[in-house]
Amino acid sequence: MNTLIVAALLLVLLGLAYQLGWSKSRNLATANGARVHSRSQYHGSLAVLWTMLPALLVLAVWAFFSPGVQHWYAVSQIPTDILTSLNQTQLNQQLQRLNDLASGYGVTGELQPFEQAAGENIGRFQLLSFLIMLAAAAGLGVLGLMLAQRRITPRLRARTEVERAISLLLIACSAVAILTTVGIVASLVTEALRFFSFINPLDFFFGTVWAPRFSSTGAGDAGQYGLLPLLTGTLMISGIAMLVAVPVGLMAAIYLNQYAHRSVRAVVKPIIEILAGIPTIVYGFFALVTVGPFLRDFGNAIGLSISATSALTAGLVMGVMIIPFISSLSDDILNQVPRSLRDGAYGLGATQSETIRNVLLPAALPGIVGAFLLAVSRAIGETMIVVLAAGNAPILRGNPLEPVSTITVSIVNQLTGDTDFTGPQSLVAFALGLTLFIMTLCLNVVALYIVRRFREQYE
Amino acid sequence: MTSTTLDTAAERRKLVRAGLSRRHVGEKMFRFFGVVAIVLALGFVAILFADVLRKGIPAFTQSNIHLSVTFDPEALNVDPAPVREPGQSDAAFNAANLAWQRQVAMLNWNTVIEAALRNAAPQGFDIDSRQILSIVETDARHRVREVFVRDPSLLGQTVEVDLLASANADNWVKGNINRDLSDTQQQLSAPARALIDTFEENGTIRQGFAWSLLSNVDSRSAPASAGLLGALMGSLWMMLIVVVLAVPIGVGSAIYLEEFAPKSRLTDLIEVNINNLAAVPSIVFGLLGAAVFINWFRLPLSAPLAGGLVLTLMTLPTIIIATRAALKGVSPALRQAALGMGASRTQMVFHHVLPVTFPSILTATIIGVAQALGETAPLLLIGMNAFVAAVPGTPVEQATALPVQIYLWQGNENRNFFEARTSAAILVLLGFMITLNAIAIFLRSRLEKRA
Repeated sequence: MNTLIVAALLLVLLGLAYQLGWSKSRNLATANGARVHSRSQYHGSLAVLWTMLPALLVLAVWAFFSPGVQHWYAVSQIPTDILTSLNQTQLNQQLQRLNDLASGYGVTGELQPFEQAAGENIGRFQLLSFLIMLAAAAGLGVLGLMLAQRRITPRLRARTEVERAISLLLIACSAVAILTTVGIVASLVTEALRFFSFINPLDFFFGTVWAPRFSSTGAGDAGQYGLLPLLTGTLMISGIAMLVAVPVGLMAAIYLNQYAHRSVRAVVKPIIEILAGIPTIVYGFFALVTVGPFLRDFGNAIGLSISATSALTAGLVMGVMIIPFISSLSDDILNQVPRSLRDGAYGLGATQSETIRNVLLPAALPGIVGAFLLAVSRAIGETMIVVLAAGNAPILRGNPLEPVSTITVSIVNQLTGDTDFTGPQSLVAFALGLTLFIMTLCLNVVALYIVRRFREQYE
Repeated sequence: MTSTTLDTAAERRKLVRAGLSRRHVGEKMFRFFGVVAIVLALGFVAILFADVLRKGIPAFTQSNIHLSVTFDPEALNVDPAPVREPGQSDAAFNAANLAWQRQVAMLNWNTVIEAALRNAAPQGFDIDSRQILSIVETDARHRVREVFVRDPSLLGQTVEVDLLASANADNWVKGNINRDLSDTQQQLSAPARALIDTFEENGTIRQGFAWSLLSNVDSRSAPASAGLLGALMGSLWMMLIVVVLAVPIGVGSAIYLEEFAPKSRLTDLIEVNINNLAAVPSIVFGLLGAAVFINWFRLPLSAPLAGGLVLTLMTLPTIIIATRAALKGVSPALRQAALGMGASRTQMVFHHVLPVTFPSILTATIIGVAQALGETAPLLLIGMNAFVAAVPGTPVEQATALPVQIYLWQGNENRNFFEARTSAAILVLLGFMITLNAIAIFLRSRLEKRA
């Protein structure tokens, strides 16, 4: 409610500012016949900027300090003898009660003698501080507007100033992407370092047992956090996925690119790309309820024991998910191989498949390797399919027919719904995340570098 | 001499012939592998969709029990609803009303439902009260009570009400339960099963469209009435945040990098950085959200606000890359014409270049939003997998999202009932994604034609 009032007032003020700036510059041009440097819109926009910035500054300061001030005032309303008898939770409950009274919702239970008055005081204080803030914001805004109005002369370079503001805004937008990376690295590294203060990094990176204990079961023993079982599971599933995706994806791309009729290509390509748009949770569910039981029954039929949730199940379905990724990247890359190479091979009498195998693919190899690496990085970071279909068994073993666990599964298991990152149980998620981030980052950097080099080679 | 050359020529021809047929077989094999790959890929799409449709479509119909419920004054010992007297204050009337509603809530509504069920059953059907109530969903008493609270004058009258059958009864009717299992293995008792069959024959139990799936929130105690409304609203809030934040920031950033930024080490770094961000696993964004938004900024846990911010950061690279590609594609003639007419760089970009790229930016936005809509893993890490049985009215209330709801439902112990329900939820999610993508394709073709 309050936010809406503030936003509405701000909008009214800004509209007014624009109008005033616009008409003043207009008057200059029409009344005096002066040659004004900038068009009226820019004068209006400049007035808006001069009004908005001080007002927003006040709002930001208020948003930052007001919770603390409100808290301090509310606490000061509780009599000292009662205050000293309360512990932290009771204090929070008491403050909640007072706030409910202040906002007029009312509370259940008997009112303590001081509560009614305190509630009213707090309500009054909240209203007053809100009004003061509003007045300050509006006042400073109007002040800014007046200054802006006084600056408007024919020689004022309003357009240059507005454009400088716009370009600052655009730089700020670009900074968001950088800040995201910085945020990822900072949060992963700091929390992972905290984890390594509990667990020796050597035990983490080279440990062969994954058995995190939850703090409730034993206070002293934190459990074992060996990465290797998870790493092997991750690599095994990614390997199976690539075994499915690379032949199918690559052959599909070659066929669509070299053999298929235009009309076939126009229909088939989007249908394959549908696979890329399906949410991974859907693949996970499909793997869990359809592919897994099918593989188990199939294994029974041929006398092989296959678990319903296993590395094989997850890997197969993940492979399907990656097919469009491989096929569309390879398609792009095949398109970039110059036609002259192909024509040369045909001229020497090579058949189409010979041209593809001996000329096209070797020429496109770097690009295809890049696509392959990008797909591996996608497979390693994939979460929902493995959460549902890999079986969550963090044991070091090499049999793909049995349940395994992966890095991503363990992140989800260790962190769901936790907020206090105090023990190694939840902090390990960040160490795992850091490992994952570094692995995918290396793959991506190498892959993007290869693809870029490949493009430049033929440009 | 000539004969030997002729011989070798003939032999060579023979050799070539033999090689040619081998090469042609190779050619055919290669083509065949290509066709196999295409068929496999298309087959996967077909199997996936057929499987989800086959499992999900039955869950869109649900068994309703049509009952004549009598609000028997003897069973419902309740005061008349308070009527507003002249001069009564708001507070006093509200208090009286609340007291009355509390009294109504304390009544045993199951007796009313049981009476209605017995009334619908054949005369003298032998079944105990717990068994007969296992046919209707446990929230039926709330439904009946709501009917009464809405119109208290119904006391003593009979109304026709459609109540949801319980999950077990629904499974029994749909044949999802093996009828040959012994009594000890059945969830429903023998009389209850017999009564359900009778009800089905005499039309008391009918199949209807499962509106509960779309109009209800999630429920643990009453699985048959569990719905997606809360998750839909949660997803809607998040998508709103993504559109409001990711589009301006993404487009702004793309404009700066493509049009204004000087070519330098720094911009190169930003470019590499954005390409890398696009390939960072989504779960890492979840870790970022947990550490930064939840732990440092203390945003509310399980709220669409935190989820929306995480998804925004995930969607940004998609929009930036697509917008940059679109800006690159604008013809230099347009820029030069604008600059030649005396436009400033900013005017050139905002008045002439940007409007041309509008279709591409719109398409990229929709595709980015569709991607964000289906994302599950990062949301799990910021607590959006909590059980929430309410529709979030604001983005800071607890909520869940559509894909997370699917994740929660697939883990439900009542496998027999929730497998179909989960598939139905998947169909709803896929429906949204297909709609979004179709809109993107349609808009692009429309706008590009005009441009």
